[in-house]
Amino acid sequence: MKITDYMKDHTVYLDGGMGTLLQAQGLMPGELPERWNITHADIIRNVHRGYFDAGSNIVNTNTFGANSLKFASDELDAIIKAAIENVRAAAEESSGMQEKFVALDIGPTGRMLAPLGDLDFEDAVAIFANTVKLGVKYGADLIMIETMNDSFETKAALLAAKENSELPVFVSNAYGEDGKLMTGASPAAMVAMLEGMGADAIGVNCSLGPKALAPVVEEYLKYASVPVLLEPNAGLPKVVDGRTVFDVTPEEFANDVAALVKKGVRIAGGCCGTTPEYIAATVRKTEGIKPVDITKKDITCVSSYTHAVIFGNEPILIGERINPTGKKRFKEALKANDIGYILKEGIAQEEKGVHILDVNVGLPDIDEVSMLKTAVCELQAVTDLPLQIDTSDPVAMEAALRRYNGKAMINSVNGKKESMDTVFPLAKKYGGLIVALTLDEDGIPESAEGRLAVARRILYEAEKYGISKKDIIFDPLALTVSADKNAAKETVRAVGMIKNELGCHTSLGVSNVSFGLPHRDLINGTFFAMTLAGGLSAAIMNPYSAEMMKVYRTYLALSGLDDNCEGYIAFADTVAEVTAAAPAEKKTADTADTTELRHAVIKGLRERAAEITGEMLGSTEPLAIVQNEIIPALDEVGVGFENKTVYLPQLLMSAEAAKSAFEVIKSSMASGAAADKCAFVLATVKGDIHDIGKNIVKLLLENYGFDVHDLGRDVAPEAVVEATVRLHAPIVGLSALMTTTVPAMEETVKQLRISAPWAKVVVGGAVLNAEYADMIGADKYAKDAMETVRYAEVING
Amino acid sequence: MSAVITKAYAPPDIGMGEILRYMGASGDLPQLVPVIDGCLAELSERLACKVCYTELSIIKEGDILDLGFVKVTSRALAKNLENCDRILLFAATVGIGIDRLIARWSDISPTKALIYQAIGAERIEALCDRFCHEMESEYGALRPRFSPGYGDLPLELQRDIFAYLDCPKRIGLTLNESLLMSPTKSVTAIVGILSDRRTKK
Repeated sequence: MKITDYMKDHTVYLDGGMGTLLQAQGLMPGELPERWNITHADIIRNVHRGYFDAGSNIVNTNTFGANSLKFASDELDAIIKAAIENVRAAAEESSGMQEKFVALDIGPTGRMLAPLGDLDFEDAVAIFANTVKLGVKYGADLIMIETMNDSFETKAALLAAKENSELPVFVSNAYGEDGKLMTGASPAAMVAMLEGMGADAIGVNCSLGPKALAPVVEEYLKYASVPVLLEPNAGLPKVVDGRTVFDVTPEEFANDVAALVKKGVRIAGGCCGTTPEYIAATVRKTEGIKPVDITKKDITCVSSYTHAVIFGNEPILIGERINPTGKKRFKEALKANDIGYILKEGIAQEEKGVHILDVNVGLPDIDEVSMLKTAVCELQAVTDLPLQIDTSDPVAMEAALRRYNGKAMINSVNGKKESMDTVFPLAKKYGGLIVALTLDEDGIPESAEGRLAVARRILYEAEKYGISKKDIIFDPLALTVSADKNAAKETVRAVGMIKNELGCHTSLGVSNVSFGLPHRDLINGTFFAMTLAGGLSAAIMNPYSAEMMKVYRTYLALSGLDDNCEGYIAFADTVAEVTAAAPAEKKTADTADTTELRHAVIKGLRERAAEITGEMLGSTEPLAIVQNEIIPALDEVGVGFENKTVYLPQLLMSAEAAKSAFEVIKSSMASGAAADKCAFVLATVKGDIHDIGKNIVKLLLENYGFDVHDLGRDVAPEAVVEATVRLHAPIVGLSALMTTTVPAMEETVKQLRISAPWAKVVVGGAVLNAEYADMIGADKYAKDAMETVRYAEVING
Repeated sequence: MSAVITKAYAPPDIGMGEILRYMGASGDLPQLVPVIDGCLAELSERLACKVCYTELSIIKEGDILDLGFVKVTSRALAKNLENCDRILLFAATVGIGIDRLIARWSDISPTKALIYQAIGAERIEALCDRFCHEMESEYGALRPRFSPGYGDLPLELQRDIFAYLDCPKRIGLTLNESLLMSPTKSVTAIVGILSDRRTKK
């Protein structure tokens, strides 16, 4: 019998702790327990048999850390073979009459994935894939991914299991006292991601005892539509006479687990500190309990690495600003590979209160696949918000979905066969909430009835892929009312019909409605209000639009979605501020003189510097502002820093103020004419992930007009060489913080000397000094950012 | 050989003077204070202070030290551990939250990134101080803590410490190929136990 059949109408029992039992048998700290599968097979089999005798249905192989990071391939093969044989042998030797299964146990790699660590996502997938393939080769019955405390690594492991086997996969995460994973995910976020990717059972193990884990388990039971598993520790560890003991007895443990089985847990076992006694007690306490039916929860949601966003309560705002359409400055940033600009748009929208960020980086002359992947990776490193991946290129979509840390919103599919044939398989594999446009080969139906009919066909087709309607959100398409007076009305009707007749959620790109009309915001606002009243679940919108935010906040207050009108009152405060501040602004504008911008930059007043610059642009040449105001201010602060009368934080605040002034100037100019000095290639070397120092250098160089090409951190020597040659850059700046990464810096210098002999190399970072710089063959050691600027000015001539 | 113990701590009190010192600033910087306060507010709830540690007996032969889990040659450590035949080996972290914040701001506001860097340095040192203080009440006087990379103590010792304490599983602390720790605001160290007092529970 297959475990997936068996668990349909049985409570399934897992095994208990392994590590504590092996330590009792002489395993030393630091020793790799997986080797014992071969060297101490008898002991391992005894432990396994103890669990089968106690009533476990599933016993995990002793392969928690069996991966290609820790073992060479021959040894890994031998360990997994022996580990599976050990469980099989124990199953045969055991007197237990229950159904028995062998689970290939997979724990975390012990390394942190990029961007927080240095293990690349695909490398992690490959490491897990090696283990999975060996598990399949030697006949495991299922795969158990467990004790994962990072959602991204969990995704890598599950993806590897799905791509390399047909076996059922159980996934279990380790939660802290705060009810979250170490890297921040809530249970709802994990349920969304893991179910979306097709895990057969999901749940919780390790960290805490059953009582302390109960709140997390209850969250799983609330959200999950697949069986929930639970393997708590035997309480918390204490040290008595130099030995670790746990504070929950087998009887207490069994009682606590039984309480959760009654609430719906279908798969139960133990983790650290539990022994066959704990499992036997749990079996005795729970075998009489009728398994609780697993119900489909029909929750429409997306998730980020921290939290889930659920549709159907208050309307969801999706920020539309990460999109080059009609935005000159954004297009320029994309062409210049300026990811910082995209990140800034993301964070600014988050601060305006949107719930999800739409990410569209499609431009005819850029590599969308790599740009979308990079944008998604970088955005999820700086924002907690779930992302809506917005592309018509299926390759770009897959690249982005693969590395998305959660359950993404997918924008979009439509009723055309070709679209559904491409998008549905991706959604099935990676999970996701699909935005479905109600159009097909015949175009957009004029009537709401026509759009409803397309929606039905999309649902029918999705069903064939096993994608249920909760994972589809319809966009019934806002058409411009200036072209057809009934356009808005039909869209509002379609929203209502999709909601009432199909029971599905809807999302709209609201602002299309006003295309071609003056004061578009006015129309957008009223249309937004109409669609909300008609039952719209989400809107793709501009959160900087006061009109839209006004409609949203007032709608919540008027629809019983804002307790005590608190949200509205807080919003109203900001509105009052804007109105009150306006006359004051006017006044300062009149008196804005040349010294004021200089003063704002010197004092590090970011908003003020941008404001004054905007005002000055009306009457002053952009270059004059730079030459006469910004540069003298920066020089003054720079000299102060060199003379130690100004500290680093002040220097930075001034630089940021100058940058915000430059941004205003840049967006006012026809094209990116801001950089007037030579190209400067900048990177933190391979193996080093520290980039604050490098970013400070970048900021100052940009302020002084250099054309900075920031390659980021952990950059391979080859990549530095490639960029330097491509740009024929006269200067390269390299940064390293750690002694261990200086060899990488030396190697980079060496390769530059061969392929780009014209380039001067300036180095910096905590571990370097002038002698060290000489030794590795650099041209210049710069002790801080100002010195780098001074040197670059000399080279620029 | 004794067991490895894991403990969670509430974040220690903030040391504003230390934060300013780590930022390379000192004295009165009024325009910075609201920015730092804003950062501290954004950080609250995102710290997860954890320590795992164990007590070990050591054997010294000149500069060669048998730490009970690995042998290491270091004159500086030998000097630090004069008159000690036992040590505490610990790993501490304030969690990944601060790394997220540093990443969030590093490209957009280097000032904030610098401030978080400084706060992180202050937080992890404060956690280590607090842990060592607590250990002093249990073990009596302790030597100053000594970490891989100090003096001639090789950074490669990190690999052995991580394996021995099982840092990834116990406190979510990982080591990368360049021997950098992640979360970055973390410390591993050896602390010599000076007295013979043993008040272990």
